[in-house]
Amino acid sequence: MGRYVVRRLLQMIPVFIGATLLVFLMMYALPGDPVRALYGERSVDEAQIAAIKAELGLDLPLMQQYWNYLLGVFQGDFGTQIASRRPVMDVITQALPATIRLTVLAFLITVVLGVGMGLVAGLRRGGKIDRAILFVTLIFISVPVFVIGYAYQNFFANTLGWTTPTVRDPEAWTQLILPALVLASLSLAYVARLTRTSIAENARADYMRTAKAKGLSRPRAVTVHLMRNSLIPVVTFLGVDIGNLMAGAIVTEGIFNVQGIGSAVYRALSFREGATVVGIVTFMIVVYLVVTLLVDLLYAVLDPRIRYA
Amino acid sequence: MRKGTRLTAAVATATAAALLATSCGSDSGGGGGGDGTVRASWGDPQNPLEPANTNEVQGGKVMDMIFRGLKRYNPETAAAEDALAESIETDDQQNFTITIKQGWTFSDGTEVTADSFVDAWNYGANIENNQINSYFFQFIDGYADVHPEDEGADPTADTMSGLEVVDDHTFTVRLTEPFSLWPDTLGYAAYSPLPRSFFDDHDAWLEKPVGNGPYMIDSYARSQSMTLVEYGDYSGDDTAQNDGVELRVYTDNNTAYTDLQAGNLDVIDDIPASQLNNADADLGDRYINQPAGIIQTVSFPLYDDAWSGEDMVKVRQGLSMAINREEITSKIFADTRTPATDFTSPVLEESGGYEPDLCGDICSYDPERAKEMIDEAGGLPGGTVTLTSNVDTGSHRQWMDAACNSINNALGDTGACTVNPVPTFADFRNQVTSDSMTGMFRSGWQMDYPLIQNFLQPLYYTDASSNDSGYSSEEFDDLVNRANSADDEDEAIDLFKQAQQVLVDDMPVIPLWYQNGTAGHSERVSDVRLNPFSVPVYTDITVS
Repeated sequence: MGRYVVRRLLQMIPVFIGATLLVFLMMYALPGDPVRALYGERSVDEAQIAAIKAELGLDLPLMQQYWNYLLGVFQGDFGTQIASRRPVMDVITQALPATIRLTVLAFLITVVLGVGMGLVAGLRRGGKIDRAILFVTLIFISVPVFVIGYAYQNFFANTLGWTTPTVRDPEAWTQLILPALVLASLSLAYVARLTRTSIAENARADYMRTAKAKGLSRPRAVTVHLMRNSLIPVVTFLGVDIGNLMAGAIVTEGIFNVQGIGSAVYRALSFREGATVVGIVTFMIVVYLVVTLLVDLLYAVLDPRIRYA
Repeated sequence: MRKGTRLTAAVATATAAALLATSCGSDSGGGGGGDGTVRASWGDPQNPLEPANTNEVQGGKVMDMIFRGLKRYNPETAAAEDALAESIETDDQQNFTITIKQGWTFSDGTEVTADSFVDAWNYGANIENNQINSYFFQFIDGYADVHPEDEGADPTADTMSGLEVVDDHTFTVRLTEPFSLWPDTLGYAAYSPLPRSFFDDHDAWLEKPVGNGPYMIDSYARSQSMTLVEYGDYSGDDTAQNDGVELRVYTDNNTAYTDLQAGNLDVIDDIPASQLNNADADLGDRYINQPAGIIQTVSFPLYDDAWSGEDMVKVRQGLSMAINREEITSKIFADTRTPATDFTSPVLEESGGYEPDLCGDICSYDPERAKEMIDEAGGLPGGTVTLTSNVDTGSHRQWMDAACNSINNALGDTGACTVNPVPTFADFRNQVTSDSMTGMFRSGWQMDYPLIQNFLQPLYYTDASSNDSGYSSEEFDDLVNRANSADDEDEAIDLFKQAQQVLVDDMPVIPLWYQNGTAGHSERVSDVRLNPFSVPVYTDITVS
């Protein structure tokens, strides 16, 4: 197990370098000059542009810029923003708390509601509840997230007045519930459907019959045997989904005015802040890598037949 | 049993991670200040918040609240009025003696002296400090020594030789050449005084800027919000009529609009384009739509032989007459643009050089005459023309389509004008500044200061910094030179108006429309209006 983890961690290094290089090259290939864009439609000062570029190292050859970037990253320096001259690390750590809170909430909602609905539907396959859940999840999957976002905002905040339409204080969990619900809606629909199928299939498995035969109560048979065996595909999905919830919340963050990672990367892209985009993407890559490793380790917990030597 | 423990451990780890997340970054403050605080929309300022480095409107809002310079532009008339300046005297329009008022203080308690200005200007001009607004100081003698024009050259001096401190409240300025309207440029934020602490501990200052304006910064959570409170010892006349302002960052102005309607926000500036048609119904008289110092134009690549010939003047004028400005401004922009009739802006007012009928017929829609003029001159070069602009912001795609349609209808040729959309602003500006245009392209100008000089010289003077079309006219240059060395302002403005007439005759660019600033406010506040730079006049806002 320990060796397996070390090997997986070592495998992260080439993935990390390859991914950052790709993003770096892509940002570089975009047309337009971010330093020049600082001047907007006003007078352009070539000498000043050259001086700013020299200071930020943007005048160096591309590969040297990348090398310097990598060297910095390993010392904890993710570069400096061109326009604001803020360290990219600052920008990330600023956006992170709101994003983590939102992700945690959305993830909890996904797990609790998604697995719960899937379990109920799977156990009562073909029944009224099952059909109702299938219908609701179909709506979540087919309606675009911004429609859901504006609809919730209008209904829960403007009409009912249960909460504020936008997040004023990203530390108040209660204000984050609405955006988290919107963010979680798509994932929970998938999770519910995955769980339902998996449960429905395993409910007829031999071991369930055995459990029943040896006199195990139904709740215990479901939680100990059925759930554990049915959750493997769901856990795989949830692992990948954490990354999506963190970085893919641009639309939701915009609607509810949450200043998180999603809006930070969007802003950075529109200003062509290469270092910021690469920094955030690098961070997300690390999150993905760590989460997939955790998911793989969780397999062993759920299914003792899976062993990592 | 052992399996059970493992599951518990996994759950425990997840819970711990969640708790850790909760405890992160709990230092930023919660809601706004007291009852008399105005809650206003804001965007994350693009550049560091320092006067000579702020050239966009979001940072400009803060500068306008925490700084006062020698002059201030009257929010209503745009006239430059003395703020800190006791007097600015000159005999030759080149050497100025500036006396500043006594008793003004920065919000850290230190006094505003002549040094506060001279040090700030020297800092702003020096190329090593990477200040985007450096070029504002280009008129001051010695600028070339601290800000060499050649790329990569090092400055040969630390300070500009044209600035000299006489005593605590007096300093002199020598310009490189006569510039009669120069004192009127001093209302721009770049000319603000800076306290000693700015130079002593720059990083700390940037975390919480200290100025001498009607407000001071109470707290600043980057990318979230800034709370400003009234500065009690403010010496100016425009003291705050409210307790303070809470600026809240919005990434999407649609969201800000939603918050305004829900009563969670008091003031928004820049109403989202998609809501312009509803704003009147939603907000009634709380919707503000007034001229801003921005003009949108279409430029021609006069560096291209195809467009610079003598006959081409007629073609350019013809194209101007082929565009139906009225229809585009009302249909696409919901009357937040006004058809342009000169090369300046209505915010200057007629006393400042704005001339409502200058362009006359040539800027009025007349499809028949347009076709005649273009045909007389031998038609469009190559038979077609393209219209290029970035399309990532500002409904550019829509109006370009409409303008081309209008031209095509006038010429009776569906292929005469085609649109060439460029995805990003940065890319578009690259193409424009590298002189690689072959047809018409969008150009716009947002004034630095409300002076007719600023709408003409940087854009049309030979080799001027923003002369994108490569226009050059001896007559125009001569009139500008004479205006700058004129003895008094009226004479200067008169000469600038004559220079503008030259532009109508040569038509290097087509004036399209003047841009308006838009804003809206809640029922909780009143006396909201925009200044000539489209920034709300926060000091005047009253909270009921």
